[in-house]
Amino acid sequence: MTTQVPVAPELFTWPSDEPQLIGTHFPESGVTVFPQAKACPRTASQNGERVLLPRRGKLWSWTIQGFLPKSPPYAGPETPATFKPYGVGYIQLGDQVIVESRLTTANPDELKIGMEMELVIIPFNKDADGNEVVTYAFAPVKK
Amino acid sequence: MSEDVAIIGIGIHPFGRHDSTGMEQGAHAAREALKDAGCEWSDVQYAFGGSSAAGNADTMVSTLGLTGLPFINVANGCATGGSSLISAYNALNAGAADIVMAIGFDKHPKGAFDPDPAAFGLGQWYGDTGLMLTTQFFGMKIQRYMHQYGISPSTLAKVAVKNFDNGSKNPNAWRRKPMTEEEVLNSLMLSNPLTQYMFCSPGEGGVALVLARGEVAKKFTKKPVFLRSAVLRSRPFGSFEVFNSWLSPDRGDSPSVGAAAAAFKMAGMGPDDIDIAQLQDTESGAEIMHMAETGFCKDGEQEDMIQSGETRLDGRLPINTDGGCLANGEPIGASGLRQVYESALQLRGDAGDHQVPKKIRTAFTHVYGAPGISACTVLSN
Repeated sequence: MTTQVPVAPELFTWPSDEPQLIGTHFPESGVTVFPQAKACPRTASQNGERVLLPRRGKLWSWTIQGFLPKSPPYAGPETPATFKPYGVGYIQLGDQVIVESRLTTANPDELKIGMEMELVIIPFNKDADGNEVVTYAFAPVKK
Repeated sequence: MSEDVAIIGIGIHPFGRHDSTGMEQGAHAAREALKDAGCEWSDVQYAFGGSSAAGNADTMVSTLGLTGLPFINVANGCATGGSSLISAYNALNAGAADIVMAIGFDKHPKGAFDPDPAAFGLGQWYGDTGLMLTTQFFGMKIQRYMHQYGISPSTLAKVAVKNFDNGSKNPNAWRRKPMTEEEVLNSLMLSNPLTQYMFCSPGEGGVALVLARGEVAKKFTKKPVFLRSAVLRSRPFGSFEVFNSWLSPDRGDSPSVGAAAAAFKMAGMGPDDIDIAQLQDTESGAEIMHMAETGFCKDGEQEDMIQSGETRLDGRLPINTDGGCLANGEPIGASGLRQVYESALQLRGDAGDHQVPKKIRTAFTHVYGAPGISACTVLSN
């Protein structure tokens, strides 16, 4: 079986049946950031606490990446011939934080601001050792 | 009202794609500005300049003349030109010099920018996974804005149509072919809701300005254009910027709001006093949102203003009279100064085919860029 490794270890809990994004919460200002950060952007306080973010939220805005991004920095496996557009959006997780994410759908008809979304972990690429590199994304919640 | 700083000479190298280096285009603009001012490089006592991708501006002393003047390189992303201008303004106001030059130029490869995540304080994963594109930010910002304030795709397209139309009348513009609303809407969808012809392209060009203290200016020109204010702001908490992996649900203003308000305050004027405006149009949605952020209208009023042609050359408030970034492209180091060049040209009445028909005496400029900076100026006769 292929080993799955996260694109960056600090982003989400993995392996996990119910993975969550990992942020930093600053109790003095109430600000939550993603990914983890040393200082609060509002007060510069360094008293942050590691926090697991809600798995569900609402779509705040979205777009469809319609062309193959330049590489570097992009590290996806696609070529101009195999590239398929992918969705990108911001998802508001309660009143805590709005996070940027890839979306599992690139169909504009399936995306509406305010709709319910859920965190999923998706295959992204293979690393030099043949491991499957995974990243986080949000998927529309099936009604 | 302060008349302490005047623009006495303006020079430009046509924007577009050229065989020459970005540095050569900057030097060309500098020579044109000196010629326009009727002064020599040896008269310039201080210079500020920069590019994002075309080298150190101070290198051009080897072609302009080794006069020993202080020449400070400025590197401030999309506000490089604006920052050079602010530095020139401050040097003149501080009495450090009587005549100062501000120069901006650039030359970028084709296609979208490919920034390095580390340079923006982001983890490599952000670039790896395909989130590090300025185009996505612009798509998502206008997507939400359209949802909140009822801006239509037709209005997005009309901004591009207007700017290409203005560009077709401007001999220094890159894109000189007018385009129809249908052509804009039906072009390739790059980042929903924005199509190919709603986006500007990275490009090339150079602009230089010769500035002087007010009392010195009169010796050089009968038509000085006064720089009433020049302001730069970085982002406040809660703004929505390029390359944000997270946003606060506690929403705040864009840096453009603060920069514009401060520029108006410093000039002792308000948006109603302004006759023409150059607003950052990285894509057509940006021009629409910047109209409200800089104070020229309320959120949502753009729909009627643009549909009724108010921002065209012959409208009540002409915006991006030279075609903006859409028709001129985006050489990062040069764009901010291009806006000031165009404002001065219009205020002098020298804009030829793209001169606005109404009589004008005030102008406003605004740039915006990564990682959340804005520079604004107010100019007048």
